[in-house]
Amino acid sequence: MTELSKTGAALGEPAPGNAPDAFLAVRDLKVHFPTDDGLVKSVDGLSFQVEKGKTLCIVGESGSGKSVTSLAIMGLHRLGARGKNVQMSGEIWLDGKELVSADPDEVRRLRGREMAMIFQDPLSAMHPYYTIGNQIVEAYRVHHDVSKKVARKRAVEMLDRVGIPEPDKRVDGYPHEFSGGMRQRAMIAMALVNNPELLIADEPTTALDVTVQAQILDLIRDLQKEFGSAVVLITHDLGVVAEIADDVLVMYGGRCVERGSVDDVFERPQHPYTWGLLGSMPRIDRETSERLIPVKGQPPSLINVPSGCAFHPRCPYADIPKGDVTRTVRPELQQVGGGHYSACHLSPEDRTRIWTEEIAPKL
Amino acid sequence: MSETKKTDADVTTAPDEREILLKVEGLQKHFPIRKGVLQRQVGAVKAVDGIDFEVRKGETLGVVGESGCGKSTMGRVITRLQEPTGGSIHFEGQDITRLNAAGMRPLRRDIQMIFQDPYGSLNPRHTIGGIVSAPFRLQGVEPEGGVKREVQRLLELVGLSPEHYNRYPHEFSGGQRQRIGIARALALKPKLVVADEPVSALDVSIQAQVVNLMDDLQEELGLTYVIIAHDLSVVRHVSDRIAVMYLGKIVELADRTALYEAPMHPYTKALMSAVPVPDPKRRGAKSERILLRGDVPSPISPPSGCRFHTRCWKATEICKTTEPQLVELRPGQRVACHHPENFADQAPQDTVLLSAAKEAAELVAEEVRAESAKTSAAVAAVAAGSAEETGAEAAGKTADTAEQPEAEVAADVEATAPKTGPGAKTAPAAPLKTGEASTEPEADRQDPTDK
Repeated sequence: MTELSKTGAALGEPAPGNAPDAFLAVRDLKVHFPTDDGLVKSVDGLSFQVEKGKTLCIVGESGSGKSVTSLAIMGLHRLGARGKNVQMSGEIWLDGKELVSADPDEVRRLRGREMAMIFQDPLSAMHPYYTIGNQIVEAYRVHHDVSKKVARKRAVEMLDRVGIPEPDKRVDGYPHEFSGGMRQRAMIAMALVNNPELLIADEPTTALDVTVQAQILDLIRDLQKEFGSAVVLITHDLGVVAEIADDVLVMYGGRCVERGSVDDVFERPQHPYTWGLLGSMPRIDRETSERLIPVKGQPPSLINVPSGCAFHPRCPYADIPKGDVTRTVRPELQQVGGGHYSACHLSPEDRTRIWTEEIAPKL
Repeated sequence: MSETKKTDADVTTAPDEREILLKVEGLQKHFPIRKGVLQRQVGAVKAVDGIDFEVRKGETLGVVGESGCGKSTMGRVITRLQEPTGGSIHFEGQDITRLNAAGMRPLRRDIQMIFQDPYGSLNPRHTIGGIVSAPFRLQGVEPEGGVKREVQRLLELVGLSPEHYNRYPHEFSGGQRQRIGIARALALKPKLVVADEPVSALDVSIQAQVVNLMDDLQEELGLTYVIIAHDLSVVRHVSDRIAVMYLGKIVELADRTALYEAPMHPYTKALMSAVPVPDPKRRGAKSERILLRGDVPSPISPPSGCRFHTRCWKATEICKTTEPQLVELRPGQRVACHHPENFADQAPQDTVLLSAAKEAAELVAEEVRAESAKTSAAVAAVAAGSAEETGAEAAGKTADTAEQPEAEVAADVEATAPKTGPGAKTAPAAPLKTGEASTEPEADRQDPTDK
């Protein structure tokens, strides 16, 4: 995050076209889908950076644009029939290469080798007709000119590395023969078979039990340490975020509303939506006879994103700033501390006061 | 949920005063596996395999466990959506285990269910009005002021607008649909509501809305809930008492506070330690974490003895051979374990760890094992001490002063012991020293099973 605080790149106004220092840098990314009902602005001006060996967690409700962002980085929006129906702009820099304007074939060469993805539901992400081994071998041979035998050895080695017992036997198993946790491990093995430098995990543990979730998070952490990859982890579980993140990006209505180090976001959150997320979580580590503090209302429609601050219809503090600035002017991300950014019209004094006096004591 | 109801004093001192609404004894649900031309039964999935519990009026019983532990099947069997294969279910003193559909019909008013998937549980071709008024039609109930008015009142009660009466389910978001499901379940003013993962399909912010709504409705209408969930934080928030299930059995059933502060079953402890805490400062405290090896075994052929012995780091020979009974070790805390945490060992003579347990123990931080040995030793020593006081006349007044240091010594010895290997099992040495006195607390503890 040091890069962030010293350059203006964090605010989405860098010198466009120049390669950034960061390993992965996303600048003013917009992903819009025209539909019969109107333009769906799934991601609307998102910027962030991730260094190698670091983990960025993207949190937000369903429909806030988290997954669309991850698919955009992987270049998966431009494939097949879907590709005709998406408007993408902005820049995605991976290790000095720009991906949004790059040739699809070039992106394909990077996909799987330099960047790989772990999906939420391994049962639908894996092909039911092929054995686990076959699928890992395929992923390896696409990028490496080796014999099937060598690739298979590599597959067994990876399965062993992610903690699958008897990997030389399980390599011939089909996805349905694996349990949920084992399947997720197999998918991690598949994603890591080419030693990618960027790993994107889209809700990797949401479908799993807590005991298995703990195993998988540990595994991702260990592998990251071993391979030094950059990890972008998408989740809605703040517990997972606290467990694994270096930096956190909170998304709401296709935009970033708060970004900072994990300590910043949990200890000194600056956006009412982040407060809402923290307040609506029941916590296992505390005796809570008090009620949860939910965020009222529903997540916004991405076709008709509310004017001004997208969060204003649900924000309990929308009336504090003078005039109707919250309803008319869209707040930009502003630096509120070293590497800590927030997009909110509340004055810093108001935010600090509300957080320390009203929110923090109730958590 | 009112705060007064949630206080410990109320839960621990007066649980027996409340009337029992639902009593389940030895409940079993086995799904047959058939093979071959003749479809002979070759085995059974033992989804629920002999569980006992009761639910008192006005309380919330939480049921937690990993997927495949039988908690959803349990919910469906106690509402008689599925036929039990053994055991009995009593609702308000009436045996409903073998009632036929006609016999169950009047009871359907009193027992309602909220389902997990708000998309699958509402008929897309019916309007919201049709869905919420269905219970009135089916039961032939004519509410005061007419069905439509009552349905609109219900919609308002769950936080929807009465104008939604003529809309269809697809026009609503997940959280709103779940509210519709709740309105339908509450239409006939049920006494018992079984909610199977009521919030797991919802976003965090919406989850909190629904949890609060269920709280309010319980207070307002005096509902009794059985809430089945895999999220331990949610269960902690909503429940008065909690049952932890593993492979078709209840391994621990306790008051909320007791369970979360001093879990006795190793599985409960592991389950709770795995929940990620939303506090980055706690990240370094990985020592508290207990990782379990592998997956839950198949319920078709569950492990012998204690079903958890294949993954437990404290398992010994007795765990493999003898199934532990669900025993009330502390008032209001029932546990099925030979070597419970935070309590005296139930099988102190058995100290040799199984090889699987030794492997499992590698994943458990030494601090955890040391602490667990320390607490069980302390409990054991105190128990032995008090038994000695009442049992041995010769000890007389000196027993009073003697028992304190003994507990401390035992604890100190144990604090160092685990470093030398799987020493956690030597904890019960303290009560053994006192000879015959040690059998007394054992006998006391077994008492509650006889009732």
